[in-house]
Amino acid sequence: MPHGRRSAGGTLEGVSTPDDLHLPDTALQGLGTRPFGVYVHVPFCATRCGYCDFNTYTAGELGSGAAPEDWLDGLRRELDLAAQRLGTPPAADTVFVGGGTPSLLGPDGLAAVLDAVRQSFGLATDAEVTTESNPESTSPELFAGIRGAGYTRVSLGMQSVAPHVLRVLDRTHTPGRPVEAAAEARAAGFDHVNLDLIYGTPGERTEDLQASLDAVLEAGVDHVSAYALIVEDGTALARRVRKGEIPTPDDDVLAADYELLDAMLEKAGLRWYEVSNWAASDEARCRHNLGYWLGGDWWGAGPGAHSHLGGVRWWNVKHPARYTATLAEGALPVGGQEALTAEDRHLERVMLELRLAEGLPLDALDDGGAREARRAAADGLLSTRDLDGGRAVLTDRGRLLADAVVRRLVT
Amino acid sequence: MTKNRPSAEKTFTPPEFIRNFCIIAHIDHGKSTLADRMLQLTGVIEQRVMRDQYLDRMDIERERGITIKAQNVRLPWHVDGQDHVIHLIDTPGHVDFTYEVSRALEACEGAILLVDAAQGIEAQTLANLYLALENDLQIIPVLNKIDLPAAEPEKYAAELANIIGCEPSDVLKVSAKTGDGVEELLNEVVRQVPPPEGDEEAPARAMIFDSVYDTYRGVVTYIRVVDGKITPREKIRMMSTGATHELLEVGIISPDPKPSEGLGVGEVGYLITGVKDVRQSKVGDTVTSERRGAEKPLAGYREPQPMVFSGLYPVDGSDYPVLRDALDKLRLNDAALSYEPETSVALGFGFRCGFLGLLHLEITRARLEREFGLNLISTAPNVVYDVFLDDGTEHVVTNPSDWPTEGKIAETHEPISKVTIIAPSEFVGAIMELCQGKRGTMLGMDYLSEDRVELRYQLPLAEIIFDFFDSLKSRTRGYASLDYEEAGEQTAELVKVDILLQGEAVDAFSAIVHKDFAYSYGNKMTKRLRELIPRQQFEVPIQAAVGSRIIARETIRAIRKDVLAKCYGGDISRKRKLLEKQKEGKKKMKTVGRVEVPQEAFVAALSAEDGESGDKGKGKK
Repeated sequence: MPHGRRSAGGTLEGVSTPDDLHLPDTALQGLGTRPFGVYVHVPFCATRCGYCDFNTYTAGELGSGAAPEDWLDGLRRELDLAAQRLGTPPAADTVFVGGGTPSLLGPDGLAAVLDAVRQSFGLATDAEVTTESNPESTSPELFAGIRGAGYTRVSLGMQSVAPHVLRVLDRTHTPGRPVEAAAEARAAGFDHVNLDLIYGTPGERTEDLQASLDAVLEAGVDHVSAYALIVEDGTALARRVRKGEIPTPDDDVLAADYELLDAMLEKAGLRWYEVSNWAASDEARCRHNLGYWLGGDWWGAGPGAHSHLGGVRWWNVKHPARYTATLAEGALPVGGQEALTAEDRHLERVMLELRLAEGLPLDALDDGGAREARRAAADGLLSTRDLDGGRAVLTDRGRLLADAVVRRLVT
Repeated sequence: MTKNRPSAEKTFTPPEFIRNFCIIAHIDHGKSTLADRMLQLTGVIEQRVMRDQYLDRMDIERERGITIKAQNVRLPWHVDGQDHVIHLIDTPGHVDFTYEVSRALEACEGAILLVDAAQGIEAQTLANLYLALENDLQIIPVLNKIDLPAAEPEKYAAELANIIGCEPSDVLKVSAKTGDGVEELLNEVVRQVPPPEGDEEAPARAMIFDSVYDTYRGVVTYIRVVDGKITPREKIRMMSTGATHELLEVGIISPDPKPSEGLGVGEVGYLITGVKDVRQSKVGDTVTSERRGAEKPLAGYREPQPMVFSGLYPVDGSDYPVLRDALDKLRLNDAALSYEPETSVALGFGFRCGFLGLLHLEITRARLEREFGLNLISTAPNVVYDVFLDDGTEHVVTNPSDWPTEGKIAETHEPISKVTIIAPSEFVGAIMELCQGKRGTMLGMDYLSEDRVELRYQLPLAEIIFDFFDSLKSRTRGYASLDYEEAGEQTAELVKVDILLQGEAVDAFSAIVHKDFAYSYGNKMTKRLRELIPRQQFEVPIQAAVGSRIIARETIRAIRKDVLAKCYGGDISRKRKLLEKQKEGKKKMKTVGRVEVPQEAFVAALSAEDGESGDKGKGKK
């Protein structure tokens, strides 16, 4: 159980001391034979969006010692320490710069981030290097700059084209800007461009969602992520819902939205490969994210970033000031960690792989789980044909009930 | 034998100087205060220790449970130049114990009818008055609380005179609180109540009118000697069972228990035999001596018969052993409580319990919750049905799940009751409407005074135990009082309604109802469960059925979305923990067929009964 694990091997957030990351030999076994990724967390935003619960800060929220330059210093230190801890560090197959708003760093800042990764781990020759960016802080110059620096993929937060939906989400960009930004990115030489959509925002009508999808398809991107709006605790949105200013998103409406967008995307040749992700081809899939879902290793650098190495998960302290201060003392800024039990790893594997279009090999399940898989197929939640082929693959209906299917398969 | 002078201390008082009486009163009409005042006036408790004495008693009661019956007390009273012994006999306080009240009345020759001068007589008091009249008791009508500003002694004296057929001037007026009129009342008890009659030389016969379990002494049995005498150090025999017991102690209460040399004709006192369970010392039974005992018991003995059954289940299944121990303990002091283990798909392990009536059920449940810290859910109460099949066999059904499903039913019998309702006359229409809606037949109606009416109805017992009390209260703004007594049985067209979840019956919701009410019951329960049962991965029909005929149907639509939108590197630990928690929750689910239902949903569906009738009441106000 989580308690036992924490007391045995972990530390609690807030009591990090130098060298308190416990990496048993088993965690490092086979390092480099699995895909290895680096995630970099950029904890800065120009403004905070009402629905967002990510670890990010506006200029006014940050104290001293937490300016972007301090953060970049800290990041370099962390990546160097990381490489030391891994002995012979594997070259990064994928890099993903997320946030926050990475595009706020500008082309030079983003280039510096990638350089830091290059210097500590090195990059595999065909590495996938993605950065997230917000349409309002991008420009042809930015795209040209980062393409030149070695980035291969851009992910743009579009969310919606309906002005009233963007207002509820506190998004500041003009509705046409994301499509424009996508075109700029492609013109700068990015073959892989993703647009993020949020559906089910209170006040969004079916025609609003359709218009957003039309815009996505018009932009000609090769990847789309679409997320149902989640009202996260502690956000401004949650407060407004609690006060009754806006209604909670309705699950039945979200389900209908999902079916609509899935149909439109598939029709345009974008196929689902994970519950919330669609790609125009196998090459267009996000390899970095596939690493998360297929049990890969990655080092997450930056405040609050999560890492995984061979069955050990840990996460950094959240606040940028503490993050940089800890690294300035030469210690890894570990906020907490857990060594996964066999049971944990089984549950995670089922939970993650079942969300993929390839599904989960049946032999990963125990007898009870395999029995349940057959029942779930009879209920129309798993594909019968794939089951006969030895894999548990969600049907269209099953995708919307993936969590329920996972609970059944882990008996 | 030499006869003693009448004394509160010494027994074997000549019957001609003994008076045995009880007080018939509604709760809150001042019975305890009047009894305390009598103790004081007769000098068995001095005025200045009165308060301490009273408090002591409360403490003991709190410690040991309610075991001290202060009102079965022997008092001296001097009037008209003669010493007397008067026994004040307590009557059990509530409606379901009509039989036990009747035994307490049987032990008396007279009764004080005590009525609040600001409120008038209540239905339960009236019912007990009728019982007293049937037992040929001398009735002394008394209005209490005449010191209250709201008292209307003239109005209620006229009402009492009207009811018992005396003159309004015959009604005594007292204030138990100030003591005003109590001395005169004691004088009238001696003058009006006839002395007991019995054969001193005959074999001993004494009637048990109460028996209580005491943690320290075992069962304390209260008796009234009719013939002969009961003396310590002789063996006694219970005539209903033939069981014999050593007599450890024979005594009187004056007002503390005092061992005595025995009890003679007409005297009231207690026995202690070391018996540990009130079932071995049953109210109404006749006690005789083992040697040269009586041949014939006193008339009127009856075994307590449970009339109302309900399943009691702990909300937390791990409390089952606590519930079992608690029932075992309560039974020591409650000869009428019966129970046996029962299991339910919806509710887990519990007990099928039998009660004398709805109040008995409610009191028992309240005691289990309060005294044993249990959180309980009870299934809808049902009565006992007699089902006759075409093949001539008879089936006694105390649990809807025992209703015969094989063979054709020829006839079904259900218990009926006589109901007395007293209420302000403005509510007559509302009460009649309620009773008619519950298959009632009016037996009569009398105006007790200008604005108070007594209504008498015959109603199926099953209709009373459902939500009759609550409906009556809400329709009469709480002013109506009610009493009912069993009155045999009648044939009725009854059916069993099952509630099916995806085709499987949920036992806790099966009910026996009149065929005209089957549809509304089925409709109500299916709707309620549709609200309470969470959506599943498949569509779930909820049906109400009589046999194989579906009479109501609701559908729980399949859940369409149960998936988190995002699951990236930073979400995995949190998501795994969430799934683990959901898995734990799943283990606590009850499974009916393939439908997973949280027990809370079943509990809520059963508890909704009270809430709903309460809402109805609000609507009427």
